[in-house]
Order: sequence, then C-alpha cells, then structure tokens
Amino acid sequence: MREAEVRRLLAANLLCALAIVLATLGPALLLDGFSVLGTHLTWLCICSVCVATLNIILHLVFKPNQSPKRRSFGHKISRFLKCCIYFFMSCILFHAIIVLYGAPVIELVTETFLFAVLLSTFTTLQCLCLLGPNIQAWIRVFSKNGAMSIWESSLQITSVCTILGAWFGAFPIPLDWDRPWQVWPISCSLGATFGYMAGLIIAPLWIHWNRKQLTYKSR
Amino acid sequence: PPAQPEHVQQTDLASTLAIGLGLPISRNSVGNLILPVVGGKTMREQLRFVHLNGFQLSRLLQENIPAYEKDPGYEHFKIAEKSHGNWIKLYLEGNNSEILLNLGKKVLKQYLEALKTLSSSLSKQVAQYDMYSMMVGTVIIMEVLILLLLSVPKALSKQAEFEVPLSPPLFSLLFYLMCLMLCAVHVIVCTSAESLCYFCSMSWLTAVGVMMLISALMCGILSAVAKILENYRLPPKNPVASSYSWSEIDVLILAGTIGHVLSLGASSFIEEEHQTWYFLINTLCLLLCQELCRNNFLLKECDPQHSTNVKQNFDSIGESSKCKNIDIPAASNSKLGKVTSSSEFIKGSDKWISLATPWIILICCRLLRSLNQTGVQWAHRPDFGHWLTSSEHKSELSLLAAVSLLMIFFLVQRRCSLVSKIAMALGLLGVYSYRAAIGNVTFPWQHGGKDISKGITEARFVYVFVLGIVFSGTKDLLKSQVISSDSSTKSTGLWEVYSGLVLLAALLFRPHNLPVLVFCLLIQTMMTKYIWIPLKFDAAQITIMHYWFGQAFFYFQGNSNGIATVDISAGFVGLDSYVEIPAIFLTAFATYAGPFLWAIHLLCYLSSEVRRNSAAVGHGCFCYALMRSIPVAIYVVLVTGLRYHLFIWSVFSPKLLYEGVHVFITAAVCLFFTAMDQNHSYKVQ
Repeated sequence: MREAEVRRLLAANLLCALAIVLATLGPALLLDGFSVLGTHLTWLCICSVCVATLNIILHLVFKPNQSPKRRSFGHKISRFLKCCIYFFMSCILFHAIIVLYGAPVIELVTETFLFAVLLSTFTTLQCLCLLGPNIQAWIRVFSKNGAMSIWESSLQITSVCTILGAWFGAFPIPLDWDRPWQVWPISCSLGATFGYMAGLIIAPLWIHWNRKQLTYKSR
Repeated sequence: PPAQPEHVQQTDLASTLAIGLGLPISRNSVGNLILPVVGGKTMREQLRFVHLNGFQLSRLLQENIPAYEKDPGYEHFKIAEKSHGNWIKLYLEGNNSEILLNLGKKVLKQYLEALKTLSSSLSKQVAQYDMYSMMVGTVIIMEVLILLLLSVPKALSKQAEFEVPLSPPLFSLLFYLMCLMLCAVHVIVCTSAESLCYFCSMSWLTAVGVMMLISALMCGILSAVAKILENYRLPPKNPVASSYSWSEIDVLILAGTIGHVLSLGASSFIEEEHQTWYFLINTLCLLLCQELCRNNFLLKECDPQHSTNVKQNFDSIGESSKCKNIDIPAASNSKLGKVTSSSEFIKGSDKWISLATPWIILICCRLLRSLNQTGVQWAHRPDFGHWLTSSEHKSELSLLAAVSLLMIFFLVQRRCSLVSKIAMALGLLGVYSYRAAIGNVTFPWQHGGKDISKGITEARFVYVFVLGIVFSGTKDLLKSQVISSDSSTKSTGLWEVYSGLVLLAALLFRPHNLPVLVFCLLIQTMMTKYIWIPLKFDAAQITIMHYWFGQAFFYFQGNSNGIATVDISAGFVGLDSYVEIPAIFLTAFATYAGPFLWAIHLLCYLSSEVRRNSAAVGHGCFCYALMRSIPVAIYVVLVTGLRYHLFIWSVFSPKLLYEGVHVFITAAVCLFFTAMDQNHSYKVQ
C-alpha cells in the first residue's frame, strides 16, 4: 500500500515537472519571439498557469485527503472563494517580502508581482489543493513531525526547496557581468523553478529512502 | 583576407589617447603607443611620437629603479635615439629619397622594440611586492586566528576561559629555537634583498620583538593542540550527552559567515558588500519572525515538558503571517491539542508587538536602504539622501533633523540619570544649532539671510556635554568596580557612556543621516525588549546578531568599500583648521559609528544579562574578536593571492584599509569589554 502511494506521488511530481518543461519549451513553437529570458513575464504567466491547472487537476483526480462527508454546493463555492482569497493574500505577502528585500517599490512592479505569483503557485497553491483553506492544518504540516501522509511530506520538501531556490537565486544580482539573466527577476524566478523541480524529484526519493523511519500517525 | 587583429595591452590606451589629443603622457603610464593609430602621419611626426613615449618611460624607469642605466630597454632606447638624431640630420639636409624612408622605418622599429622592453621592465618592477613583509604579517594574523579557533570550546564554555599556555619547559626551548631560526632567516633575507623591504628597514629591536611574538604565538598554538589531543585520548570525566541541536538561526549564522567570507574573493561582491549584509539582515529578521511564531503559536499534542524544546524543521514564509489568526485553542475541526505557550513568555498586547517587531525592523531597513545608495553599480541612481540635501528641500531636511533629534532623545534618555538627561537634551539642541550655524538646516524663525559660520562655538558646546556625559558614566563604572555588588550603577554607567557616544555621533553625522541613528536606536530598543530577552538567545548568538547589524549600519550610513565615500568633513567639526589627532579620531568615529555603537550596545546588553549568565560578557568579547578575525585573516590571504588582479588597487586595497581600521576599533572595543568583565579569567601562566 505504501509503495503504491509512493509511486503515485512520484508520478504526480514527474507530471508537474513535465508541465514546467512544457511551459518552457512549448510556447516557443506557438508564439513568435518567445524565450524564457527575452519575454520573461510571459513565461512566468504561462508557467504559473500550467502548474496551477495541473495541480488542481491532479488534486481532483487523485483526491488524497478527501473526507468522506458529502458537502453541499454552497459549501464548495465558499471553500473555493476562500482558496482564491488566500492565494491572493499570499501573493501580496510574497510581494511585500520581496520589496522588503530590496526590490524597487514603484518601478518594476509587474515583474515583482509576477514573481510573487510564481512563488505562490509553487507553495501556497499546493497547500490549498492538499489541505484546503485551513490555516491550522498548514501550521501543523509545517511543524516538525507534523506531516501525516506522504503527500504532506512532499509538500514540506517542495515548499522549502522552492524558497531556498529563490533565496539562492538572488546571489548573481550584485555581479557586474551584464548578462541577460541577471535582469530582475529572472535569476530569482529561475532559482525558484529549479528549486521546485529539485524538490519534486527529491521528495519521493527521500520518502522512499526513509520509509522505515517515517511513521505517520493515523488521523 | 583580413589579418588577425593585433593584441594590445589595456595600459597602451592611455598613452595613445594622450598622444592623439596632443596632451603629455601621464607620468605613471607604462603603455606603448599603438602605432597604427597614427599611421597616417608623416614619418617625422611618427618618430617624434614614439620618442616622446620612450622619453616618458625612461623617466619613469629612472624614478623607480636605481640601476636604470643597465636596463636593456633603456640601452635600446638610447641607441634608437641616436639613430633618430642621424635621421633628423639627413632629413634636414633635404634628402627625400627612398633611403630616408627605409632608414626611418628602421629607426621606428628600433624605437618600438625599446618601448616594449621598457614597458615590460617597468611592469615587472611595479608588480613587485614586498613578499617578505607580507609573509610576516600574514603569519602573525593566521596564528592569532588559529589560536582563537582552537580556544573556541573552552572560551564558550561556562567558565569562559581564554588561556595561552606557555609553561612546559619543552615549549620554552622550542620558543628560543624558533626565535633563533627566525632571526637567522631575517638576516639572510635582509642582506640579500635587492628591492626595498619594509620589515628589513625596521630597527633591530622591533624586528626581534616581532619575531618573539611569532614564536610565542606558535608555541601557544602547539600547546593548545597538544592539550586538545590529550583530551581526546583521556575518557571524558562526565559523559554528558551534549545534545546541541542546530536551530535555523544557527544555520543562517554559520552559512552567512562562511558565505560572506568566501564572497570577499570576488571584486563585484566587495564593491556591493552592502547588498550581502542587507540580504543577511533581512533573512535574519524573517527567521526571528519564524522563531517568534513558533514560540507564540506552537500547536502540538505532546506534554508541556517538551514545549520549549521542540524545533520545527520545515516552515514556509507564507505561513508565518497567518500565525496571527490561529490563536484559538479548540475552534478548529482538527484533532490537535491546545495552544501551549511557555509560562515565562510575554502575554497580551506585548505578544502582538513582539510579532510585529521583525516586520517593523524590515521596514526600517528598507527605508534606510533607499536613504543612501552606496556601492558602484547603482551609485548613480537618485536616493532619498540626494533629494534631502539639495538646496530647495532645506525645510524638509530641517524638519527631519529636528524630529530625528527629538526621537534620539526619547530613545536614549530612559535609562540615564537626571543630570545626563538634561545634558543630553541640551547637547541635542546644540547639535541642531551647529547644523543651523553652518547652513545645513534652518531654524523656523529664520528665512534665509543668516551668515554661515564654521559653527565652532556650538560644536565645542556639544563637545563639552559629550565629555560631561561620558565622564559621568565613567564615574559610575568606576564606582561599581569598587562596590562590586551594585549592578544597577554599572548598567547606568554603561548606558551613559553609550548615550555620550550617541550624542557625539549625532553631532558628526550629516543631517540627512540622522534617521540612520534614530533607526539604529529604535531597532536596538525593540529587539532588546521584544526579541532577545523573551527568546533567550545565548551570548554568542546575540554577539553575532549585533555584529551583523553593525556591519549593515556601516553601509546604511552611506559608506562603501571605496575611499571616496569617507566623510572627511567630520574631522573639522569644532576645529578651526586641520589638527591631526582630533581629525583622525573624529573621522574614524564618524565612519565607523554604526559598528562601534552596536558594539557598545552589545556590552550594555550583556552586562545586564550577567544575572542570567555570569560569563556573558566574556563570551561576547571572545565571539566578537573571533567574528572580526575570520574575515580579516581570510581576506589577507585572498588579497595576497590576488595581488596581480586588475582591480587590486581600485577595489581590493581600499577594502584592506577599511578592514585594518576596523580591526583597531575592534581591539579597542575588546579592551573595553575585558575591563567591564567582572568574571576575569584571563590567565597567562
């Protein structure tokens, strides 16, 4: 049972990674003059939309944490609206943190905001899909030994890897090499993307490696 | 087919430009004329140009090398000059034939070869470094660093001992042998040195003293290593499992220190070092926010005994702000237990302020960042400081200065005695009058037309108050040393010394930089009250956080790693003309005000923590010395390795100068720490 679940997780993560690769290479065939470095904002939008759709579809298909209780349609609508509001608030929060880190306040607002949207897609959207708009559940998952299933462990790992990737992606900014990928926010968003993809691949491997030590408490 | 483009040296551009513009070639240039550039000119003019270049190079050679006549380049140049003379004679006789042209080309070739040889001997000479003195200096620095690193386990223990053991007789023999060996090496190097050597030019007594220092440090290191090996062989007396788990802040501190030190090898990172420090400070604040959330809102199921020891491994930054919403014990549909907060933790409205503190600090740092643009790449971008200092915004500047001085008074006066409070208030008023007298700001009742003076009276008025407050603080400190049971006098004394220094900084800072001082005091106050005391960090972590903030504030003031940003007007405050010693002291204080004030605040804080941890001041001093030594030692090694880098004089050497002065200031601070440490355990057996 556990093995099957790990394999499902691996499949889901590989699909997400594939979505990012498709979002990078696909539009080059359809749109003229598209490149990750040249039309970076377009790429950010496309990548976020792809990953978001894929995550939502995977959540609806796999339903890893579905409670058996049938909910009314109104409840579902209110849950959906709450998710949207939380997502938007997380984008605003990421934008504020990035501005506090030194991004310009008035200039380049679109770039900063789209980078924040990308970060939210990689972290908050996953939480929303998996755990729903439930802050206590989020706090529980992100504390030590709080993960109650393989999916939650994977969520921990991918979120941390994304944030670390974005953090390390800021290193080339002070260098004076004048490369196109040093323009804001390319290096940080590429760092976040690589971090996310690395997290997607590391998570199933880490869970498989530690499968004997991981004991999930039953709900 | 187009020929391969020729390679030219970067240094050739200067001479070519000078000749092309008709200007004299700069005296220290070591470049050759790029001949194809002036290929269209007549032969006589071309020969004249290369002769000018050769003449300049030979003059430079004369200045730098005593035996210049034996240099092959010089000899070639003289031969070419003679041939040039012959050519001129033939030319003036009116001979315009082919022979003249061929002879001219031959002379030109001779000149070019001579120029090349001259350039290369000059470059070799300029790039000659005094390796012997550099090695001696590096050896001393590395020995001190290794000694500090080897003493880390013992110095950060409860007893906070820092021993330099020299006792065993074997090591005394080793000491004398090393001294003899170093003296022999010194004699050999100095008698065979062809070029100038700084260490050799020192008097014999000083040289012997330096060699004894090197030998003593080496013996200290060897005995410390021997002691550590001994400890490993013997079984431990009390096998206490030291379960020291690394929190995220420890990981950040270690990673940040290593990362910063490694970044000193890249010239871009030295030019933009302020970005490194701002980045580290921001990450530190976010991690502090995470720690606060964890302490405030930890939801868990296990029993309260583990409540203060559970460490979270994974946290998402997006979640930290949502922490505020979950302070409801059981209203959720999850099956988790109640919210538990540790009993000593602050409750109520203080909790919200403490959660908001890291964000307030982040906003302050972001505002300060846009106040002064430093560095090289983005220095041309307009910043708020430029806007304030332009002449049409004098009223805004005056208002900002007045508000800042008022806030400085409120933040500093809490722990002062009444006399110091009055002195502080009058001193700050004096600061504003000084700035008004020299014309930076205006009083609201003045509308232009006031004469601008040097403000000497007002500045000396403030100096009197500074000295008064510092003396009153020192008196309290001496009193507390004598009556050793009174700790509150000691904290008041230290705080008064600190406020005296704050007043001096307020006088020396430019008016648009006063918000830097305000935010410095504000951040210190907030972190002391809401973060350091409640979260119970140990002395080492607090020292490192103070050190990082001190470094960040060095750059917030507007300093950078280039010499051009030193504010030398601070050395003339209250002085009629240039007086060397006070000017040096005032300029150094004004430049390093950020790190220095944070270091003194560290001392005030750790002294007040002595109740909880008696070795806090000793730990702090040791940690501060170690944190300063690591970048300096590694940077000295990096600079030695990079001494042929293109930017060695424009980027790396000014940074070395800044580090050197900072080490002096650190030494003074450590002496002050040692004097204040009640728990003296400095033994040299």
